[in-house]
Amino acid sequence: MRSLKIGAVLVGLVVLAALLSFLWTPFDPVKVDAANRLLGFSGSHWFGTDKFGRDVLSQLMVGGRTTLYVGVVAVGIAAVIGTPLGILAGMSPRWLGEFVMRLNDLVLAFPALLLAIMFGAVFGADTLTAMVAIGIATIPSFARIARSGTLQVMSTEFVLAARAGGRSRWTIATRHVLPNIAGLLIVQGSVSFAIAVLAEAALSFLGFGTRPPTPSWGRMLQESQELLTVHPRLALVPGIAIAVAVLGFNLLGDGLRDRLDPRLAARV
Amino acid sequence: MTAKVLRRLAILLVSVLVASIVVFLFMAVLPGDPAQVALGVNATPELLAKTRAEFGVDRPLVTQYFDWIGGVARGDFGRSYVTRDAIGPQLLDRLGVTLWLVGAGMLVALVIAVPAGMSAAVRHRKPSGAGVSGLSQIGVAIPAFLAGIILVQIFAVQLRWLPSGGWTPPNQDIGEFARGLVLPALSLGLVQGAVLTRYVRSAVLDTLGQDYLRTARSKGLRSGQALVRHGLRNASVPVVTVLGLQLATLLVGAVVVERVFVLPGLGSMLLDAVSARDLLTVQGIVLVLVVGVLLVNFVVDVLYTVLDPRLRGS
Amino acid sequence: MTLSVRGLSIGSLVRDVSFEIGAGERVGLIGESGSGKSLTALSIMGLLPEELGASGSVSLHGRELLGAPERELARLRGAELSMVFQEPMTALNPAMRVGRQVTEPIRVHGRPRRTAEELLEAVGLPDTARAYPHQLSGGQRQRVVLAMALANNPSLVICDEPTTALDVTVQAQILALIQAALSRESALLFITHDLAVVAEMCERVLVMLDGEVVEAGSTREVLTAPKHAYTRKLLEASDLEARR
Repeated sequence: MRSLKIGAVLVGLVVLAALLSFLWTPFDPVKVDAANRLLGFSGSHWFGTDKFGRDVLSQLMVGGRTTLYVGVVAVGIAAVIGTPLGILAGMSPRWLGEFVMRLNDLVLAFPALLLAIMFGAVFGADTLTAMVAIGIATIPSFARIARSGTLQVMSTEFVLAARAGGRSRWTIATRHVLPNIAGLLIVQGSVSFAIAVLAEAALSFLGFGTRPPTPSWGRMLQESQELLTVHPRLALVPGIAIAVAVLGFNLLGDGLRDRLDPRLAARV
Repeated sequence: MTAKVLRRLAILLVSVLVASIVVFLFMAVLPGDPAQVALGVNATPELLAKTRAEFGVDRPLVTQYFDWIGGVARGDFGRSYVTRDAIGPQLLDRLGVTLWLVGAGMLVALVIAVPAGMSAAVRHRKPSGAGVSGLSQIGVAIPAFLAGIILVQIFAVQLRWLPSGGWTPPNQDIGEFARGLVLPALSLGLVQGAVLTRYVRSAVLDTLGQDYLRTARSKGLRSGQALVRHGLRNASVPVVTVLGLQLATLLVGAVVVERVFVLPGLGSMLLDAVSARDLLTVQGIVLVLVVGVLLVNFVVDVLYTVLDPRLRGS
Repeated sequence: MTLSVRGLSIGSLVRDVSFEIGAGERVGLIGESGSGKSLTALSIMGLLPEELGASGSVSLHGRELLGAPERELARLRGAELSMVFQEPMTALNPAMRVGRQVTEPIRVHGRPRRTAEELLEAVGLPDTARAYPHQLSGGQRQRVVLAMALANNPSLVICDEPTTALDVTVQAQILALIQAALSRESALLFITHDLAVVAEMCERVLVMLDGEVVEAGSTREVLTAPKHAYTRKLLEASDLEARR
């Protein structure tokens, strides 16, 4: 129960900051202001400025947009493609299901970062390639969860009755399977979101993610490296932001999982 | 049981083949002419054509693929279009570095996770157990490169105990080699250790609730003995699963950590090759990484059947 | 007295339970689920779940068990005191061969060597020493558990509904096996909800309802002239009436 609340608060914080950034940021995050370089925490610049004089808080807020954007699209792609795949695999004859799972394993052999680098090499690296690559790499997780949930639902009495009654597969899939595995999918979505955030940060850090000058937490970290000794703040601020976002989504996922499966919660 | 193992082996081989085709096709889609990239803007059309023939990129895709994969099977990864050097030997060297890094990282992760997870499970109702749990949650949220940056700051720059980067091969100076490996391994291992702790905890918790542990105690085994003699092997099955998945994550995490610590590993070779548009090298490295992951999955699968007799399908 | 239970209480689940079992006696403990019979058994073994605390006195050959240090209890379990649980399908370690599990009580307590084959044959399972639990049926697994419980000839064997999870035909076999394999000096505490089984296996019987012992006496007495309303209800519900 606590997990859910803490997670929701953390995620809410990130989402709010990102949404707010559409309306207002303290300063223009990309505006270079050489006169005000490397200021520390202060009244006007809450988190100070970076080596180009750009306001850190503003960068943080807009960077949050990118993070959430990537997460939503990546998880969206994975859910939209992975879920039907998994359901189909669960409703098909055994050999077909196994085959789809093998394909799944194959995709799993291409970790998100690797795919993103490959995509970046071919299409030029930016936010879009990062999102799509992470999304594709996350499909197997959704497919697997969808399939295992589907298999469970298929063996329930409701479904057996429906099949005996001659209901079409489509009806069974939408009326029985989907609502029952929705919970599992939401939990998976939350967890995958956390992973997507980490992946995006790593990619931006390597220079394979969001292109400058659009702010991104990963790149803020990369830029902070050379000045770390004198200005640790420049690394800590985006670093903590990443940690908060990831922690939030993980806790949210855990909390949701406990809510949805009371037996599990009682045991743990 | 051997039938199952053989079947898995067959699946592995097919997967490797399919993966190689995917990688090849992907790189083949790359816009641009490798000859142009290698020779620059001022090359004459004749020279370009000659170079293309030299690279073999004027041949049909199918031929190129079989040529490439045939070479790879013999250990020949071809020659880079950009540097003209043989890719294979360098790849091997770099692979060695990455493997040391990944191995050390995994070791750190296990050393952290097994005791921490076990204690968190055994003490799951007490505050100390919840504390370990909470810590591991936070640990999961920290990207490996952030951990790396912080560790460098503290231990290399401020305290000067350890080097901030660079690599010394073990046969050159084992002391320096070890020192250079500590921080990168910690960066990888601390984070993965946090992830693994949660799984160890849940696996041990699961096992603690099992009836056969109660039976063991009713025979006269003390709780600790019962857990070790009966529970460990059963608890290790889910942990092995995660280890397998983690190895893939570690391999990829190594790519980033190599950047932070300037290690001459496969990851940095890949990133450099991509920047230089050295597509044959990228192809080779990606293949090696992907095959690595598939191999690990295969080993994990086989390990299952060893650990859990129920999966032997007799 | 082999076993002496006085004023045993576990929260509100077991209240002030007292009884004694002499050497070689066969005593039945009967009641519905929730009557506290399993908890009573677990507290004798010292295997109560952490959250539950027991008060009162449970002594084996005069030695107090409640509150005794784990080390001492572990020395007694499997040697002087053993238990057969209700669910055979999960009672054995799936990753260890049956033979090894069956000889474990002997090895743990350093008793004279007996082979796994010997122990398993005594319960009607020849040639199963190298098998894994998942290769055995429920009835076979319960035989293994019985073999483990009897390996060191304990003074007291507790059986907690050992046949409830088994098919009816198998039940009779297991009951017969318990009777045959139990040595003359070993006492038996047999927990069940089935009066017919009690009639067959036990000389004395205790009836538990809502955590309390409501009736006790010799089997014949209790079954022919029940004093408590609940006992009468149980009798009516079972088909023993016809057999009387």
